[in-house]
Amino acid sequence: MTTPARQPSTLFDKVWNAHEILRDDNGRSLLWIDRHFVHEGSFHAFDKLRERDLPVARPELTFGIADHYVPTLRRSGEPVGDPAIRGMIEQLNDNTDRNGIALFGLDDPRQGIVHVVGPEQGLTQPGLIIVCGDSHTATHGAFGAIAFGIGASEVAHVLATQTLWQTRPKQMRLTVTGNLAPGVTAKDIALTWIARLGADGARGHTIEYAGDAIEALSMEARLTLCNLSIEGGARCGLVAPDETTLAYLRDRPLGPHGPQFERAARYWSSLATDDGARFDRDVVIEAAEIAPTVTWGVSPEEALPIDQQVPDPAVMEDGEKARQAHDSLTYMGLMPGQKLTDVVIDRVFIGSCTNARIEDLRAAAAVLEGRRARVPGLVSPGSSLVKRQAEAEGLHEIFLAAGLEWRASGCSMCVGMNGDQVASGERCASTTNRNFKGRQGPGARTHLMSPAMVAAAAVTGRLTDVRRL
Amino acid sequence: MQPLTRFAAPACPLPLANLDTDQIVPARFMKQPRSAGYGQFLLHDLRYDAEGRARADFILNHPEAEGARSLVTRRNFGAGSSREAAVYALVDFGFRCVVAPSFGDIFSANAVNNGLLPATVEEADLELLFDYLCDRPMPLEVDLERCRLRAGEREFPFAVNPVWRTKLINGWDDIGMTQRYRAAIDRFAAKRLRDFPWVGPGQPVPSNEA
Repeated sequence: MTTPARQPSTLFDKVWNAHEILRDDNGRSLLWIDRHFVHEGSFHAFDKLRERDLPVARPELTFGIADHYVPTLRRSGEPVGDPAIRGMIEQLNDNTDRNGIALFGLDDPRQGIVHVVGPEQGLTQPGLIIVCGDSHTATHGAFGAIAFGIGASEVAHVLATQTLWQTRPKQMRLTVTGNLAPGVTAKDIALTWIARLGADGARGHTIEYAGDAIEALSMEARLTLCNLSIEGGARCGLVAPDETTLAYLRDRPLGPHGPQFERAARYWSSLATDDGARFDRDVVIEAAEIAPTVTWGVSPEEALPIDQQVPDPAVMEDGEKARQAHDSLTYMGLMPGQKLTDVVIDRVFIGSCTNARIEDLRAAAAVLEGRRARVPGLVSPGSSLVKRQAEAEGLHEIFLAAGLEWRASGCSMCVGMNGDQVASGERCASTTNRNFKGRQGPGARTHLMSPAMVAAAAVTGRLTDVRRL
Repeated sequence: MQPLTRFAAPACPLPLANLDTDQIVPARFMKQPRSAGYGQFLLHDLRYDAEGRARADFILNHPEAEGARSLVTRRNFGAGSSREAAVYALVDFGFRCVVAPSFGDIFSANAVNNGLLPATVEEADLELLFDYLCDRPMPLEVDLERCRLRAGEREFPFAVNPVWRTKLINGWDDIGMTQRYRAAIDRFAAKRLRDFPWVGPGQPVPSNEA
């Protein structure tokens, strides 16, 4: 008998297979979880464990991070003013403390948004399975890890067993060929593919991002791209590790060092999709077709290049789509056919797990340098370490001189849980990930775009093509 | 978890697409413990106006919505945030089934973990269901064993992942099931650390010492 030739496999297959403990009669895999992050919102899962009197199986593989509710206007050491928010943060302290879980808490100099801190600390590595009770966990896939968001029941399951039952998803490859034009970013790649395929276009699939344009992206940009996978319906998105990945990973505090790093790096470099591996779906986009893009509606799929006009439901053929567009325009307070560059904004927000890493702040600061913002706005760095780095580079002075507020790190105005909200009816140009109704506050109107585009909008007070500024 | 096999009860029509979990339960209510009952927060900002008055024309405020067990809605229901609170809101309101042409992946998994059936129907059948429901709660029979919906004289098939179907019918809970494999998990964990020694993370120095 001869050994059958090894089937070519994808990056996703390689990582999945290395984590499969067993498969049940229904084809479900029991997967080992290498890393688990919890935040203030994870309290439901800890409550479930307590109800059943179950211990945390592997506390050393779970890390707590305070981000969703943390105030951004408070000085270190000061008490948190709002008792309900204080309670959420104290609850996380208690739950992690009681279970022996390491915590990056409110006043930790390494605190920040979970999806920024994980990579920064070296907890995020190629070849791992990483989960967190947050849909933007897809971010970590930028390193060639399988990373996905889970609900509270699954969080409890991971805490109790360090495993999860999952059915292998379908696989889609999204190839971006050629080079991105100046002023075009990972955010624009994401908004473009989501507009084309729909907010549920990649539902049931994992995405591998490939092609020249992806390989040319920095780690920060890959994190932005993978972060937005869920906005197109994919629970996770991956980029194969390469030299850019290895360079980022070297000397991270909680990652491998010395000979152990070299050994890990050899394995990480093997995590690429084999030639001839099969995908359920292949989508190709030419980089040259991608322009700076903004959303006009209440779903990330409602996005257009900045030089276009708001759609007119009256000329749409599909009745249901027309009704939906009409509903979006009503909520957003826009006129059919209005030029996007004529849309006047009330404020800006630069922050979130999508676009608040150091490179994002540099891009926004480059536009704002020597200019004044016409509207108010907040800048909330992705982590306290990003904040410190930005301050070392003098970026905070540019934001302050432009008239924007320089805040502490947290999820802040992306989700409004900490009280940083957009007022009802106000229009915000935002570097975040969701333009859902009420996401930034009840009645808030959100336009998603890249950091440089938000900075450009701040300068003119309108949605603006940063390339023309 | 309570097993779900077959039931007949009113279904509410909600013909909107992309009802994301931020709309199903707005973030500002998520500080509440589950014991507060999340049904009161379900679709809050569609259900109540800015002054907190119930909108009379919204389906959940219909007098017969109280006994409803199914919600019939459009594509991409439950997209976005992984908040399981969205499922708590539906379940605490009384729903056991959501019928739609597609669901957010994380939402579906959360639903099944709470005994809520995400039933996927064809777009054409959905329109017929809306015709039947019109704009009020109407009786709908949900049969999970046969994967069929009965609306008046008509029957419609629905799809659900077979693993989830078994789980819902039996009311199984994953943690209990997984604990039976404890020895295999422990063996796997030891081997993983042996083969990939770097995957065990460093532990951060507590911040007061950092």
